[in-house]
Amino acid sequence: MADTTQSGPMLAADGSPLKRSLSRTLRRQKLRALLLIAPLLIFVLVTFIIPIVSMLFRSVENQIVSHTLPQTVEALQEWDPNSGEPPDEAVYQALFFDMFKAAEAKRHTQVGNRLNYEQPGLSSMFRGTGRSLDDMGEEFEDALVDIDPSFKTSEFWFELLSGEGADSFLKDRRAKLAAMAGESMRGDIGFAPSAKALELLPATTEAYTDFAIWTAIVEEDVVAEERPWEAVYAGLGVDLRSAEVVQQIASYDGPGAAALKAAVANIDQLPQESFRDMFAESDEDWLDTEGWRTMALYSPDYTTGYFLNSVDLQKTIEGVEARPETQQIYIKLFIRTLYMSLIITGACILLGYPVAWILANLPLRTANVLMILVLLPFWTSLLVRTSAWKVLLQQQGVINEILVWLGFVDDANRLIIMNNATGTIIAMTHILLPFMILPLYSVMKTIPPTYLRAAKSLGATNWTAFWRVYFPQSVPGIGAGSILVFILSIGYYITPEIVGGTDGVFISNRIAYHISSSLNWGLAAALGTILLLVVLALYWCYDRIVGIDNVKLGG
Amino acid sequence: MKLTTTLMASTALVVAAGSAFADDHAKMADSMTVVSWGGAYQKSQQNAYTIPYAEKHDGLEVIWDESSAEAVAKLRAMDEAGSVTWDVVDVVAADALRLCDEGLAIEIDPEKDLAAAPDGTSAEEDFGELLVGDCFIPQIVYSTTFGYRTDMVPEGADAPSQICDVFDLEKYPGKRALEKRPINNVEWALLCDGVAKEDVYDVLATEEGQQQALDKLATIKDEVIWWSAGADTPQLLADGEVFMGSTYNGRLFAAIEEQKQPIGMMWDAQVFDLDGWIIPANLPEDRLKRAMDFVKFATDTQRLADQAKYISYGPARASSAPLVGQHAELGIDMAPHMPTDPNNAANTFLYNYEFWADYRDDIDAKFQAWLAQ
Amino acid sequence: MLDSQSSDAFVAFERVQKSYDGEILVVKDLNLSIPKGEFLTMLGPSGSGKTTCLMMLAGFETATHGKILLDGVSINNIPPHKRGIGMVFQNYALFPHMTVAENLSFPLEVRKLGKSDREAKVKRALDMVQMGDFGGRRPAQLSGGQQQRIALARALVFEPELVLMDEPLGALDKQLREHMQFEITNLAHDLGITTVYVTHDQTEALTMSDRVAVFDDGRIQQIDAPDVLYESPKNSFVAQFIGENNTLVGTVKEIKGEIALVELDDGELIDCKPVNVSAVGDRTLVSIRPERVEFDKNRLKKGTHTIKAEVLEFIYMGDIFRTRLRVAGNDNFVIKSRNAPDQVRLTPGETIEIGWLPEDCRALDAP
Repeated sequence: MADTTQSGPMLAADGSPLKRSLSRTLRRQKLRALLLIAPLLIFVLVTFIIPIVSMLFRSVENQIVSHTLPQTVEALQEWDPNSGEPPDEAVYQALFFDMFKAAEAKRHTQVGNRLNYEQPGLSSMFRGTGRSLDDMGEEFEDALVDIDPSFKTSEFWFELLSGEGADSFLKDRRAKLAAMAGESMRGDIGFAPSAKALELLPATTEAYTDFAIWTAIVEEDVVAEERPWEAVYAGLGVDLRSAEVVQQIASYDGPGAAALKAAVANIDQLPQESFRDMFAESDEDWLDTEGWRTMALYSPDYTTGYFLNSVDLQKTIEGVEARPETQQIYIKLFIRTLYMSLIITGACILLGYPVAWILANLPLRTANVLMILVLLPFWTSLLVRTSAWKVLLQQQGVINEILVWLGFVDDANRLIIMNNATGTIIAMTHILLPFMILPLYSVMKTIPPTYLRAAKSLGATNWTAFWRVYFPQSVPGIGAGSILVFILSIGYYITPEIVGGTDGVFISNRIAYHISSSLNWGLAAALGTILLLVVLALYWCYDRIVGIDNVKLGG
Repeated sequence: MKLTTTLMASTALVVAAGSAFADDHAKMADSMTVVSWGGAYQKSQQNAYTIPYAEKHDGLEVIWDESSAEAVAKLRAMDEAGSVTWDVVDVVAADALRLCDEGLAIEIDPEKDLAAAPDGTSAEEDFGELLVGDCFIPQIVYSTTFGYRTDMVPEGADAPSQICDVFDLEKYPGKRALEKRPINNVEWALLCDGVAKEDVYDVLATEEGQQQALDKLATIKDEVIWWSAGADTPQLLADGEVFMGSTYNGRLFAAIEEQKQPIGMMWDAQVFDLDGWIIPANLPEDRLKRAMDFVKFATDTQRLADQAKYISYGPARASSAPLVGQHAELGIDMAPHMPTDPNNAANTFLYNYEFWADYRDDIDAKFQAWLAQ
Repeated sequence: MLDSQSSDAFVAFERVQKSYDGEILVVKDLNLSIPKGEFLTMLGPSGSGKTTCLMMLAGFETATHGKILLDGVSINNIPPHKRGIGMVFQNYALFPHMTVAENLSFPLEVRKLGKSDREAKVKRALDMVQMGDFGGRRPAQLSGGQQQRIALARALVFEPELVLMDEPLGALDKQLREHMQFEITNLAHDLGITTVYVTHDQTEALTMSDRVAVFDDGRIQQIDAPDVLYESPKNSFVAQFIGENNTLVGTVKEIKGEIALVELDDGELIDCKPVNVSAVGDRTLVSIRPERVEFDKNRLKKGTHTIKAEVLEFIYMGDIFRTRLRVAGNDNFVIKSRNAPDQVRLTPGETIEIGWLPEDCRALDAP
């Protein structure tokens, strides 16, 4: 028997502490409840939360530059953007090796496109130079092969650079390549770089290791049997430019020593041209500091650039400044979107309130028939409805024809009610009206008619009874309808695109453009994020002013 | 028929089960998703390409998707999701270039992957400079040009025939329809603002040149209805909403010859553009083989000439031009309606892919800001 | 049977009829006059037309025919908000978006009273219903009884001379209801206002009213003070509707002045007071209240007819005993006896003789 007089924790019948027993039971209940909602939770998470998080991430993410051109970005740290001079040879040299690999993975054009959003011209510069990289490397290759034919064979390179003791180096190269290509570089490559070779010929070993990883894992070929990249020859060329390396080769007696010594002996036959000149030859804009400034500015992994662009600002070396007036558009579009959405919401309230009132006060059977009419537009596609408005609103359209026929409008001065803001407001009010009527109706349905009677019995006129008693109780419906209509209209772009002309388009049209045409998803994400924040801010204001408890979708 | 299909299917199964030995002989997929633009254009492709192709390849299922307008964005999204469902995609050359840049389309070797002309001329030579970029397989040449309402030409004036008539509101009052993007519009504007044709892109590469083009466009801005879908201008012309407007020449052909609308063509300063196929990157082996096989068939000399029976776009091969015949239903000669016909091509532009790849975003931003002013 | 038109009537219905669909009359030829200061209850089963009458008086329904007069003036064409009648609704209809004070202030505001005036009156009205501290609350924060008081206060705050109440206590529990009945009556009498009260609860009607109008089938069946109504129902509907009642069916054998001899269907004879019977041979429904039945022979008047009864059930109810009997074939004949020390407790199975004073046994119309 349990001792009931004991002090200390209460015990359950089985002797375990009551608290633990209770929490175990509760936990089991919670777990079961969680399992029950798990499918929905996962669904919401996958389809709702993740896209939003990924959008937020995309709006600041900028890893493509540092991942594709890691050594260039590193070398560029040394460069002073305000010097007015292009960066020194080390940067161009790093750029050659980075870009060579990027071109193999077809990533260099993506960096070009990314940077082209910030400065026009970089796209073709990267694309064009990508094609001449092989030629640059071939100059080294041809010269070396001329000096000693063994440079031509794949075994030579494999033997020269194979060895051991450089595992961490290999790991580092794998990681860099994986980041650049965006795929895993794990797996056996049938090659291990030698620590000695790395010490003697750093650029060569690096280029060959990259080649080996790429060949084995991506191309799925045998490293020892493949001719190395032109970049490996260029690597050797670079190494041989160092007097120290030349000196050490003299005392080198490992594999391939003869060929290396021959190369040293004929060093004047190797291309002497600097990489800077080679790049300049491919495209003289490589000497332009503007492009390098842009690259330096957008080399960090994360950037505020997209957000700055979204509010008509731009990043420069000197700091943040306003965009030229000829390019300012987003602030204007944000304001226009909010302003026109407000007008549309207002129009929906004005038109929807009486309709909802009639619906709520009719006998149920009649109300149901009318409700079908309200919902009817949902059964036709948005495109069809909007196109129907085109037929109605255009200058030779139905409305103008009727007005001219009735003599309200002169034939020569037909109303312009399409391809402008008016067209957008008319068409969107029509399309969004049901979203106002439905919540209004369901809230009005719950207001008993006795309130109006009570108000009248207390001496209120019909208007006062409505305004002081009925209307305040329908405000939650207006709130819910307004939130729905406003948020929906803020995100609309199909209707404004068709009937909005130039001054009736919304910020969403630009977002759609950046998603599907310019492919500037980062900017689209930033614009979308700002839109989301604006909506949240407005929601917060609404909560502050009206109170979110005061929103009802029904009952 | 049914028996053969079953037999073939079971053979395929056997082959698939024991096909470790035969990568080269891997079977081609028996369904293929082709992406195009819908409408009359897609119809012409079905008639000229997929129907004859399916006749040769029994049991092949061709699925059409009308998503070419968003092809680049969708392919990029599919690639990010790791599942590309399209096999052959019809895109304009600019998009093909972009897809190639992004690594979303495979590179094509014209010698190996495309059919030579009947006379033995290599594909590379036959397509000539229309082989834009490394991934693009040209199919047709179309042009963006102007149409006008013949019944709305002011009395006493000649029908408009020069590109600069678009900018001449005094001689030709009335609304114009222009595409809601800078491409083509700014070239025409500069051309009519005294810039020589060969200097247009040099001028456009400068801030001042861009402003000059926008300023010229500003002179007619109040009279412009901006379109964003190719069907808009023919409709606006048909409704009498505009006097003249730019659109694709095939759309104007349909409005004039098929629907008998009172519309005239104005070929001056038409801008040539190319449309063709790309094959998405990272397709499974069997689907890739099918796509390559189809594309080789669909871009041979006869097939390209056949397409011109259904739509007035010029075949991209030089060797196809002499084979262009009559419209399949109207029975009229198609050659005079081709944008490439010498009578029409006195003054033309070729869409400058390089330039627009670089300047598209920049000038578009300025153009949109200008529109919103 | 109906009240004659008196000139001092404050509220008067004159030949009022009401039909919603043009086919059925919900209110049939209603004549009613209510003097100033009276507390009148309209009692009846649902569908009897009582609420329709109230709504016509309030102005929410229009009379199809006839005249409704308020203080001698026809109000048929006066809209409800100009009638100046206070009203308490079944579910109180307190405005949920206003505080208690704002609810009370509302009728004063629409009458354009000044702020200080309003505040004084609201305070007085709240104090009147002992809710002085609740001005700042919302209706939803109040209990049912409190809401009831506020609804009452709101109906009285603009000092109407006539107050209508539409089953105002229906939603309250028994105890609270009894308490409120008492309060409302007191308040109405203290203020001297005329009250028209609609209910289907006969106890409420009897305890509260100066007069009760019993409605059935669109007509007033009887209108009288509660005691008269209870003790002298004029027809079988009223007798059965008001209070508990034993009924026996028989034929009139003989009428001698105030006494009618009725032969029940099993042949027993009883003495009754003829109310609704006029001739020998009429079928009649005889009505006797349970508390007026005697079974102690010592207490019965000599010469009274008694009849045999078999005890079926005895129920102890605390203050009273309730005994169910079989009388003349009626198994539901109930008698009530006071729980006094000398009271006899009957046992089931026992056969007894029961009787009553002839004036307590009313011979009414046969249904």
